Amino acid sequence: MSAITELSRLKRGRRPLDPRERQAARRDNKEAFVFLLPWLLGLLIITAGPMVTSFYLSFTDYNLLEDPVWVGAENYLRMLSDERLHQSLRVTLTYVVVGVPLQLAVALFIAVALNKGLRGLSFYRSLFYLPSLLGGSVAIAILWRQIFGTTGLVNQVLSLFGIEGMGWISSPDTALGTIILLHVWTFGSPMIIFLAGLRQIPTMYYEAAAVDGATKAKQFWRITMPMLTPIIFFNIVLQTIGAFQSFTQAFIISGGIGGPSDSTLFYTMYLYNTGFKAFEMGYASAMAWLLVAIVGALTAVNFIASKYWVYYDD
Amino acid sequence: MIYPLLWMVVSSLRPDDLIFSQPGLWLSDVDLSHYPDGWNALTHPFGRYMLNSAVVVLGSVLGTLVSCSMAAYAFARMRFSAKTLLFAIMLITIMLPGHVTLVPQYVLFSQLGMVNTFWPLVGPNMLATDSFFIFLMVQFIRGLPRELDEAARIDGAGHTRIFLRIILPLMTPALATTAIFTFIGTWNQFFSALIYLTDTDMMTVPVALRLFVDSQGESNWGAMFAMSIVSLLPVFFVFLFGQRFLVRGIATTGIK
Repeated sequence: MSAITELSRLKRGRRPLDPRERQAARRDNKEAFVFLLPWLLGLLIITAGPMVTSFYLSFTDYNLLEDPVWVGAENYLRMLSDERLHQSLRVTLTYVVVGVPLQLAVALFIAVALNKGLRGLSFYRSLFYLPSLLGGSVAIAILWRQIFGTTGLVNQVLSLFGIEGMGWISSPDTALGTIILLHVWTFGSPMIIFLAGLRQIPTMYYEAAAVDGATKAKQFWRITMPMLTPIIFFNIVLQTIGAFQSFTQAFIISGGIGGPSDSTLFYTMYLYNTGFKAFEMGYASAMAWLLVAIVGALTAVNFIASKYWVYYDD
Repeated sequence: MIYPLLWMVVSSLRPDDLIFSQPGLWLSDVDLSHYPDGWNALTHPFGRYMLNSAVVVLGSVLGTLVSCSMAAYAFARMRFSAKTLLFAIMLITIMLPGHVTLVPQYVLFSQLGMVNTFWPLVGPNMLATDSFFIFLMVQFIRGLPRELDEAARIDGAGHTRIFLRIILPLMTPALATTAIFTFIGTWNQFFSALIYLTDTDMMTVPVALRLFVDSQGESNWGAMFAMSIVSLLPVFFVFLFGQRFLVRGIATTGIK
């Protein structure tokens, strides 16, 4: 189904062909090359070439104007004592560790509720899905900035109840929370994946459980949840990778600086400021490689942990 | 859920002072002035940025459709050397964080004199760098019956003919899903536009909106809301008419 399962299937490999079979399996290398040409060019020019170059640049001092100067591991050593880098990692990890599970929990809850055979399912599905299409836009970030501002919508509603609000975005304690909330608000696309997953659970499982006297709650925890674990896992992996790279919302909401007092300094925003504001391209490249390492490690952890909780039917 | 969106629409039609005091949706005083105000607030009328975005979107969508469908056909229906390896590389690039190629790409495009042109935004799409869509199309083509290809082959058709005459027409649902996702993704694309489009003549809608926020600060919410809504309209229409493909696309591939 997914790119991930596809990759693990590839690992298993194939039985080698005997010579006669090899003859029969005629290859069309020349034609395939033509079909693959745009992709191969992109792979070389846009992906692989720049990857190699950026790995080299991460060991240099480079400001775009002068030639890069080799500095060895200096950029990587600098990370150890770079307080702002540590802060940006804390911010981003908090966002990932709180935001991703929270969003998926909401998505799952709504999906299960909608799956109960509610009337107008497709209407609600669309309604809940819309925010996840718009959520990545600058426009919604602007809206968020107003809603949680000092005179924003949230404080207006609070004042109706006689509660005095606060500057949610201007306070370092709550600013990150508003951005996490924006992430949770875009639960629509995992919700649709869960809805599709729920439909694939055979109804006979529930019928059999009901005959045996299992309560609804028990059915949920013993049938629905285990059957959904592969989908939940798949979502956690992809959402983690995506959330670690999020940029636009925090950039707009904090006016491009990650404030107040670096409380919304996302990793990619710090990377952007290092590379394209301070023009420390060498350090920015090293940061990009650290990002790859972290995302790779998180994905590996997810895969290892999955052995203990993901249930595969086959 | 949808309340903030509705409130933004209503607020864009209200006099400024009510935006700060009216959490409700009841529209008593209609004030349309925010729309012309916002439209003309920046160096160029907002339509110019919409047009820039439209060019980028059109190029990206067409580029992605052509390059990804070609690669997908090769992976799904052709035999060639190192296929498993190339396919694995393609799958891995789906998950690779784009930041790792950011700096050298910028150096490359600036040496080619392409900063402040649309090429850095459109070019990669023409070279199938959004490999997720290759994967989506491969999955789709695998689901098409092979008998069709074989019948055509017996009739003497080569790969080019089979691709153009048989596979491509049958894979329109996958093409539609790809087109819609690329449309929305490119329309909202902020990071690369922020890096490559610094000249106001070339700005796309997201960077223009950002400029608006930076220059007007907290003072001009009405006009900012108005232009935000204008900027969301194309996505909203695509959502209305393309929902079927969106939902099916997400449900079958499990990704946004």
